[in-house]
Amino acid sequence: MSPRRTPSGGRIDRLRTIRFTFDGVAYTGHQGDTLASALLANGVSLLGRSFKYHRPRGVLTAGVDEPNALVTVLRGDVREPNLPATMVEIYDGLVAVSQNRFPSLNYDVSAVNQLGGKVLSAGFYYKTFMGPVIGPLKGTRFWMMCEHFIRRAAGLGRAGQAPDTSRYERMNAFCDLLVVGSGPAGLSAAREAATSGKRVILAELDPQFGGSANWSGETIDGEPASAWTADIIGELKEHANVRLLKRTTVWGYYDGNTLAALERVSDHKAAAAKGAPRHRHWVIRAETVVLATGAFERPLVFPGNDRPGVMMAAAAMRYANQFGVLPGETIAVVTNNDSAYRAAAALNKAGATIVAIADLRPEISDDCRNLARECGAELLVGHAIIGTEGGKSLKGVKVAHFDAASGVLAGEARNIQAECLIMSGGWSPTVHLASQAGARPVWDAELQAFLPPEPDKGWLGAGAFKGSFSTAECIVEGFVAGRQAAGLAQIEVETRPHIEPAALDPRPAPVFEIKAKGKSFVDFQHDVTADDVRLAHLEGFVSVEHLKRYTTLGMATDQGKGSNVPGLAIMAEAVGKPIPEVGTTRFRPPFAPVSVGALAAERFGDLKPERLTPMHDWHIENDATMYPAGLWFRPMIYGDPGETVEQAYVREARTTREAAGIVDVSTLGKIAVQGPDAAEFLDRVYSNVFSTLPVGKARYGLMLREDGMVFDDGTTWRLGDNDFLMTTTTANAGKVMQHLEYFLDVVWPDLKVHVTSVTDQWAGAAIGGPKAREILASCVTGTKVDNEALPFMGIVHGDIAGAPVMICRLSFSGEMAFEVYSGAGHGMHVWEALVEAGKPFGMVPYGLEALGTMRIEKGHVTGAEIDGRTTARDLHLGWMLSKKKPFIGSAMMDREGLTAPERLELVGLVSLDNRPLNGGAHIVLEADPENPHGSLGHITAACFSPMLGKYIALALVSAGKSRHGKRAQVSDPLRNRFGPVEIVSHHFFDPEGKRMHG
Amino acid sequence: MLITCPYCGPRDVSEFAYQGDGNRTRPDPASTDGDAWHAYVYERLNPAGPHNEIWQHAGGCRAHLAVIRDTVTHEVSSVRFARDHGAPAHVRRKSGAKA
Repeated sequence: MSPRRTPSGGRIDRLRTIRFTFDGVAYTGHQGDTLASALLANGVSLLGRSFKYHRPRGVLTAGVDEPNALVTVLRGDVREPNLPATMVEIYDGLVAVSQNRFPSLNYDVSAVNQLGGKVLSAGFYYKTFMGPVIGPLKGTRFWMMCEHFIRRAAGLGRAGQAPDTSRYERMNAFCDLLVVGSGPAGLSAAREAATSGKRVILAELDPQFGGSANWSGETIDGEPASAWTADIIGELKEHANVRLLKRTTVWGYYDGNTLAALERVSDHKAAAAKGAPRHRHWVIRAETVVLATGAFERPLVFPGNDRPGVMMAAAAMRYANQFGVLPGETIAVVTNNDSAYRAAAALNKAGATIVAIADLRPEISDDCRNLARECGAELLVGHAIIGTEGGKSLKGVKVAHFDAASGVLAGEARNIQAECLIMSGGWSPTVHLASQAGARPVWDAELQAFLPPEPDKGWLGAGAFKGSFSTAECIVEGFVAGRQAAGLAQIEVETRPHIEPAALDPRPAPVFEIKAKGKSFVDFQHDVTADDVRLAHLEGFVSVEHLKRYTTLGMATDQGKGSNVPGLAIMAEAVGKPIPEVGTTRFRPPFAPVSVGALAAERFGDLKPERLTPMHDWHIENDATMYPAGLWFRPMIYGDPGETVEQAYVREARTTREAAGIVDVSTLGKIAVQGPDAAEFLDRVYSNVFSTLPVGKARYGLMLREDGMVFDDGTTWRLGDNDFLMTTTTANAGKVMQHLEYFLDVVWPDLKVHVTSVTDQWAGAAIGGPKAREILASCVTGTKVDNEALPFMGIVHGDIAGAPVMICRLSFSGEMAFEVYSGAGHGMHVWEALVEAGKPFGMVPYGLEALGTMRIEKGHVTGAEIDGRTTARDLHLGWMLSKKKPFIGSAMMDREGLTAPERLELVGLVSLDNRPLNGGAHIVLEADPENPHGSLGHITAACFSPMLGKYIALALVSAGKSRHGKRAQVSDPLRNRFGPVEIVSHHFFDPEGKRMHG
Repeated sequence: MLITCPYCGPRDVSEFAYQGDGNRTRPDPASTDGDAWHAYVYERLNPAGPHNEIWQHAGGCRAHLAVIRDTVTHEVSSVRFARDHGAPAHVRRKSGAKA
C-alpha cells in the first residue's frame, strides 16, 4: 500500500465520506476527491492498460492532460468510456471500471504484446497487413480479415449499446469579455473587467475556481492563495454582469470570436437535479477573450517512464496539497528545472520521504540546494534516471551520471528504492485555443517552450499561458489584460503582490530524453516511444504533420498535451534541425473530448418538420397509406382490406379512367408573381411565352437552368393583368422560389415584380375522369363549368358548399380534369363536398401510385425524368422553346453536347415477358447477367397499366426515338431482372388527347 | 461567422445561403457570345483572401447580399444589398490560366 491519505490537509471535506466501486471493489473517498485521488488514497496505483502493449499504467497527472488513467463510468446500462480518472469527481454509488484488459486489470493476457516490442513499432499494422498481391486475400482483404482481431486487442474503452437517457442542452451567450481559466491570472482579469460593468464570463474546467491557487501552497499578500481566490470569487458573485461557469471546458475557438464550451452540469452527482441537464453546450460570442489557460508540465522521456508510480511533479504536489494524498511514502525526483523542488518540498511537508533528487543539469541554484537539503533528499546533480523497476507498481529507479550537453551517460548505474518517482521536463503553455484561432506559436529558447505570439484583436493572454510562471506576474498580467479588454485606461501597478515562497527560475535545461536501453514513452496514451519517432524519421518522414500521422503521436484523446513538445524535440534531433525549424502542428478543436449528446442537445430524433395538407386527416380516416414526399406526406394508395399495393392503384386508376377520381394536389408549389413587369419576368424565366396569355387562362410552362438543362415545369395561371399564380412541382417549390428571388434581386433589380410563396395558403383538389364535369356541375354554384364557360386551360371562380373556389381545367392524368383551389382553411370542407358530389358517379379518391400510373400512360414527365441531365428536346418538349425571345438557359441549350443525336431520349417500354419492370434498370441490346455492359439508358418510372393490361415503363434511352418499335433487353443485375422489352413512344394511352379535350 | 444583414443586423451564418461567386455579370440575354456565357455559368474565382460573394438571408428577410469575405480568415469586411450595388465586373481569365 504505497500511496495513502495524509492525516490532515488538503481541500477535501473529510467529514463527508463517499462510497464508490472500481472494477467491482468498494472504496471510499471524500467530497472533493477525483476518482484518481480517491483510488490513490486507497493505495490503488494500477488504473489501466496501455493502448498497444497493454502495459500497466497508473495516474500520471492530476488534470485534463491525463493520458494513462482512462476509465469507463457506468450509469445503469449506459457506459461512458475513456474518461480520465483525474477528471471524474466521485459521488455516492459511482461505478467505474478499467479498460483494455482481459480478463482483468491485474492479469491481462495481451500484456504479451510487450515482448514483441521491436516488432510492434510505428507503422507495424500497415507494414504487416498489406496483404499478398495475388490470391484470394489480395489487396486489403487480408487486412480486413485481421482488422477485427486487431481492433479487439488494441484500443481503449468500449462504447455502450444502451441509449443515452440523459438530457443535454445548448445555450448561446454573448459577452464583452470571456476569461478562460480562473487561476490567479484569470481571476485578476475578471475582477478588473467586472468592476467596469462589462459583461464578463469566467470559465473554469475544474470543479473549483482558483487554478493553481488551490494547490500551490503559496500566500498572496500574507493570506493563503485559496483565501485570496475565495475573496475574488465572492466579489465576482456580487456583480450582475458576471457569469461564473465552473466544470466548463472552453474547447473550441472559431472565427468571429465564437467559442464553444462544455459545462459538465451533473456528472459529479448520482443524479441530475430536477430540470438540470447532464451537460450544457455553450456557444459564446465574445468581444474579447482573455486566455489565462496556464501551462502543462511535460514528462521526461526515459526507459520505464510509464510505470505506475511515475508521476508528474506538479501533479504529485497537487495530490498532496489539494487532495491530502501522498502518491508514495518514498519518493524520488527527476527534473531538468527548478519547479520539481517545490513539489518535493510539498510532498515532504505532507509526510513523504524524498529519497533522492536527480537533476539533469550540471549546476543548480542555491535555492534548489536549500530546498533539497530542507527535505532531506540526497541531491544528485548531473544525474539521470535510466530505468525503473517493479512490475505493476514502482519499486525503485536506476540512476547514472548524465552530461546534459552531450546526453552521454557515465559510470555505474545505482539503484535507489522508491515507491514513487516524480518528474518534470519543463512546462508547455496551453496555447491550444490561440492556435485554434490561427495564432502560430513561437519557440522560446529560454523557456524551451512554444509561446503564443503577440495577441491579435480577438484575444489577450495572461499568466503561464504567456510563459509567465510566477504568481506575481500572473496577477499583474491578468490585471492589465482585464483592463485592456474592458477598455479601461491602464494604471500603474504600485505594488506588485507579495508571494511567499518566492518564485523559482522557470528556465529548464534543454533536455527532453535520456537515451538508455528500454522503452521510453513520448505519447503514453498511444504507446509511441522515442524509438518510434526515430524510426519514422529513418523511414523518410520529415514533416511534423507526417510524423504525427504515421506514429499517431498526439492523436489520442489527450491530444498530446504533454507529449507534443518532447516528440518534436526528438524529431528535431533526429533530423538535425533546431526545434522551431521542425515546427509544430496546429491544434484543432476540441481541446478536450466533448460529448456528442451536448452538441446535439435537444435536436435529436427525426428533426424534419412534417408538412400536412388541409385534407390530411381525411386521408388517414379513409385508410390512406401515407408516403413522405420531401417534407410532405401524401396518400400513396387508399387500400381496401386484403388488397396489394398494385391491386389498389390499378383499381384507383381504372375507376378514374372509367368514372372519376379525386386527388389531393395541395402540395404543389404555388408562387404569386405580381407586379407591372410580371408577364415580362415570366417570359424571361419560362422557355415559352406567357405575356400573350389572356387573363382567365392557364398555360403549361417549362423552366431551364442557366446551363440549358430542364429545371422545373408546371402551370401558371393569369388571374389579372399583373397577377399570376405559378405552380411548381412539389419537390422543387423551394428551389424555384429561390431561383426567382435571385434573378429579381441580383440580375434584374429593375423589374417591378414581387414573388410570394403561397403554397400553404391554397388547398388543391384535382378531379378527373369522364364524369368529372358532371360531378363539378352538380356542386359548383356561381359559374358554369361547361365547355364554353370553362374550356381547356380556362379558369373560373365560383363556390362549392358556400366556400369560394377557383377552378382551372387542366389535366395531368389525361382525363377531362379540373383543379379546384380553395383557401387552405376551406380545403377540407371543399374536399368533402366534392367527395360527396362524386358518390353518385362512382368517384374514388386516388393516391400517388395511381397518379404515377396515369402519368406514365400519358408519358408526362416528373422529377424522375427532369433529373438535371435532360434537355427539353430529350423529353420531346422542344416545342416549348420559344424562338421569339431569350430566356434563362436559351443561350446555353444549343451547345454541341446538348444536341448530340446519341443523347438519352424519353421513350416508353413495354414488358414482353409480362413481368414488372423496375426504375433504375438498364436497357441493353443483349443482356448478359455474368457481364452486364453496354447500357443504352435506364428506366425512370414503371407501373402496371390497367388500360394496356401490361407492365410498362418510361425510360431514357440513347437515340430513343429512332428505336421505336425495336426490341431491347432490361439488365438489372442487382435485382436479377433480365428480359425482353419493346421500345415504343412515351405516349402509351390516348396520344391525341381526345379524353382531356372532351 | 457573423454576417451583418443591412435589414436584420448581425446574424449567424447558419441563417444565410451561399449563392455563389459575386464576380460575375450575366451577359446580355440576347448575346450569343459563347465564351461570355461559359465564363458566367462555369467560371468561378477562388482566391485565398478577400472574395466578392452573394449570400441570401434565406432564414431572415431573404434579401440577396453582396458580401466581401476573406476566405482565409472568414472576416466579413463589407455587406451591401446586391440589388443596389450589384456584383463587381467579372474578372475574365485566360482559358487554362490558374486563378
